[in-house]
Amino acid sequence: MSVETGFLFSGPRVEMPPSEILPVADASAVRNSRKRKGPRSTQLAARGEPYVWLMGSGLAIATLMILGLLFLVFYNGISTFWPKRIVEFTLIDGAKILGEVIRSERYQVSPSELAGMSAESRIRITASGGWSRRYLVRTGNYDLYGDDFKWVVESQIAGRALPLNVWLIERMEWGRAVGRLQKLTRDNIPLTRNSDEFYRIFSEVHGVAIDSKKKIARLQDKIGALNYALENSRLAVRKASLKYGDESTQHKAVAEAAAREESRLTKDFERLQAEIASIRSEDGRFRAYVFDAAGTLIPERPSSPVTPMLVSQIVRAYPANTLTLLKRIQVYLSRWVEFLTTEPREANTEGGVLPAIFGTFMMTLIMSLVVAPFGIIAALYLREYARQGTLVSAVRIAVNNLAGVPSIVFGVFGLGFFCYVIGGRLDMLFFPEKLPAPTFGTGGILWASLTLALLTVPVVIVATEEALAAVPRSMREGSYACGASKWQTIWRIVLPRATPGIMTGIILAMARGAGEVAPLMLTGVVKLAPELPFDSHFPFFHLNRSFMHLGFHIFDVGFQSRNSEAGKPMVFTTTLLLIALVALLNIVAIRLRSRLIKRFKVAHF
Amino acid sequence: MNNTQIVDESPVTLFGPIAIPGKQEPVSKTAQTCTDPEVLREKPVLEIEHFDLWYGTTQALFDVTMPIPSGKVTALIGPSGCGKSTLIRSVNRLNDLIDGVRYAGDMRLNGDTIYSPRVDVIELRKRMGMVFQKSNPFPMSIYENVIYSLRIDGENRKNVLDETVERCLKSAALWDEAKDRLDESALELSGGQQQRLCIARAIAADPEVLLMDEPCSALDPIATAKVEELIFSLRGEYTVLIVTHNMQQAARVSDFTAFMYLGRLLEYGPTKTLFVNPSLKQTEDYMTGRFG
Repeated sequence: MSVETGFLFSGPRVEMPPSEILPVADASAVRNSRKRKGPRSTQLAARGEPYVWLMGSGLAIATLMILGLLFLVFYNGISTFWPKRIVEFTLIDGAKILGEVIRSERYQVSPSELAGMSAESRIRITASGGWSRRYLVRTGNYDLYGDDFKWVVESQIAGRALPLNVWLIERMEWGRAVGRLQKLTRDNIPLTRNSDEFYRIFSEVHGVAIDSKKKIARLQDKIGALNYALENSRLAVRKASLKYGDESTQHKAVAEAAAREESRLTKDFERLQAEIASIRSEDGRFRAYVFDAAGTLIPERPSSPVTPMLVSQIVRAYPANTLTLLKRIQVYLSRWVEFLTTEPREANTEGGVLPAIFGTFMMTLIMSLVVAPFGIIAALYLREYARQGTLVSAVRIAVNNLAGVPSIVFGVFGLGFFCYVIGGRLDMLFFPEKLPAPTFGTGGILWASLTLALLTVPVVIVATEEALAAVPRSMREGSYACGASKWQTIWRIVLPRATPGIMTGIILAMARGAGEVAPLMLTGVVKLAPELPFDSHFPFFHLNRSFMHLGFHIFDVGFQSRNSEAGKPMVFTTTLLLIALVALLNIVAIRLRSRLIKRFKVAHF
Repeated sequence: MNNTQIVDESPVTLFGPIAIPGKQEPVSKTAQTCTDPEVLREKPVLEIEHFDLWYGTTQALFDVTMPIPSGKVTALIGPSGCGKSTLIRSVNRLNDLIDGVRYAGDMRLNGDTIYSPRVDVIELRKRMGMVFQKSNPFPMSIYENVIYSLRIDGENRKNVLDETVERCLKSAALWDEAKDRLDESALELSGGQQQRLCIARAIAADPEVLLMDEPCSALDPIATAKVEELIFSLRGEYTVLIVTHNMQQAARVSDFTAFMYLGRLLEYGPTKTLFVNPSLKQTEDYMTGRFG
């Protein structure tokens, strides 16, 4: 067979064998080579199974670590508020200790301690190699003992009991009290003699006390508003003096008005104070006689002549060993409610974390609102408009490196640039009457959010760039072919299509930002913020105010408080809350993204 | 025309060099002689004149001269990498988006020059429609897809938009299937429907010429038949320039056919003439499937 090979061109034609035109695969050769080796199996390495195992175990280890951490936080966080039973330990020397057993551990007994023990226990401990067990007991009554906890050594214990009339009392101040409730009195007259009725009577009396506490809180809010108005009128005077001079008629008019206002406000203030005082004195009639394990009366306050504690001092009290399961659950839930909805007490180790939740939430929100547009705009220019070259590569590398800068450095920058430079200027321009007290010229939620936005902007830029690059070229070309300009193509086609990817970046940035603490310590987070950044006074959002943050709260309670052991359960609970908050923010964002993805899902191809 | 160039450089295209059996011979036909006089009798909408194009240093189009007759379907055929797509993308200057593209020569759309620095490319593209190889509906509703070119012109009058959607979807034979789901995402349509939607979108702005770059290559035979029927029905109303790999398709839908090879226009004439009685050996070999 001969084929014309020069068919492409009209030049001279050359005869060629067919195989040179179309290489024919010689199937028989392949078959023969297989046959020669006979039956065999694929090598293990070629099948790739060891790599699968390797990858699988890597994933397993990572998952285990994450789950372990989550379990630790979850277990400790969940169990913190459960009302435990109160154990009464009777020691060999006759002393009695009342308290919740927090944990137990084995420990190596020191020789001097061993020498002081009875012969019997010395022999037992020596036999077990010098090891013994001890229990950490939360005794409460900080005002009496100077500590909330006591270690009880096993060998010292003579007996254990669950006494019935033991109450655990959470107080407004001085932490928990643990002791026997002997009587409840009104004006020194006992309300009940029968201890079975204590719970019912106490609930009644305490309910009244809580109502009056709410009344006081409402009155104090009013006083706060008065103070606010007073402050405003003083600022108006100062403003007038700055603007017109001290001797001017305007200043005098404003000052007179302010004086009138002040006298009126002072009258209101006194009236409110009197009201509060009357409520307090009414509260003072109800007292609870509680005695600790040794039989000492737990006083109203340590320095006072021994007066029994006020019922209005009590946040929550329950007979720990006679509580039914239902009541126990009630106590547990009420503690959660308190934790989530009230302000902290007792150097943050008691009470709630509402301001911290609010601060974290608001800061993350402001940060996202700032970081999203900035990151997207920067990424758009980098990817769509900038001529790809050395300069753009350098910028890209710089952006990526920014993510590796220690976060505290961002904090320093935020403090120096946002708070002092920008905030200082703003104060001089808009709030001269308040100087030298700074308004924006100090740490605040706005500056903290901006600092975190700066910290997380690389994440958004990188994710957005990836998302933009992943928009199919065919879509852009389709848009251009319809006569769209570059901007119209970006705005109508590229950005919507890239939104899920951009959302991923924002989610990552939010998670990073919500968990960051170090830069916040310099730019506006405080241990205890008296005012939320949001209230009923115009303009409602006070972005200059300092705020509380769950991450910082964890650090503060766990490591900075006078009694970190007492705060430890709170650390876990706060951690759980922070994780839950970040998870919540993420879930919202992820759901938003999946809805977008559904919109862009390609049904075919 | 410098014929030695092709001998010096391997015929590299966008898709890499192509292996050609036998030694390359210079092509002696000039652009004028390869065009059938019957084409020249028609009134042209688009005139491509001595058009050369380079990707970097590689020349992809060589001195293409080609009038596109008004109201007819003109098919561009040729082996992979011969420059068909490059040529059709040059018409609406989509190649501008690729870095390092240079060109010489000119094209004219109804007498207006296309390749001049003073031309507003965006306005120019609005006078043409284009359908791509792979359907590329935008990530929005069917309705918004069709009126995309009107939206970007700032057209917001509801009655105008409604009327356009109905007209275009009817022209694109998609109205019956899509009229009840205009607000659904266009991405939920089937492949063939998506491509017809793209055609509807391309004709929404009443283009002077409709460019189709292998519109059926990603479709199954049934969807292909529908799109072909549609192209056939568009003749007279619209001027269509279609690139295709499928010879039968070219034969079925087009009035005129141009055969391109290695960046050159080798033969251009009425489809019937080209298929039944090609004047070049290469054309015949390609048509009969002996290479390509």
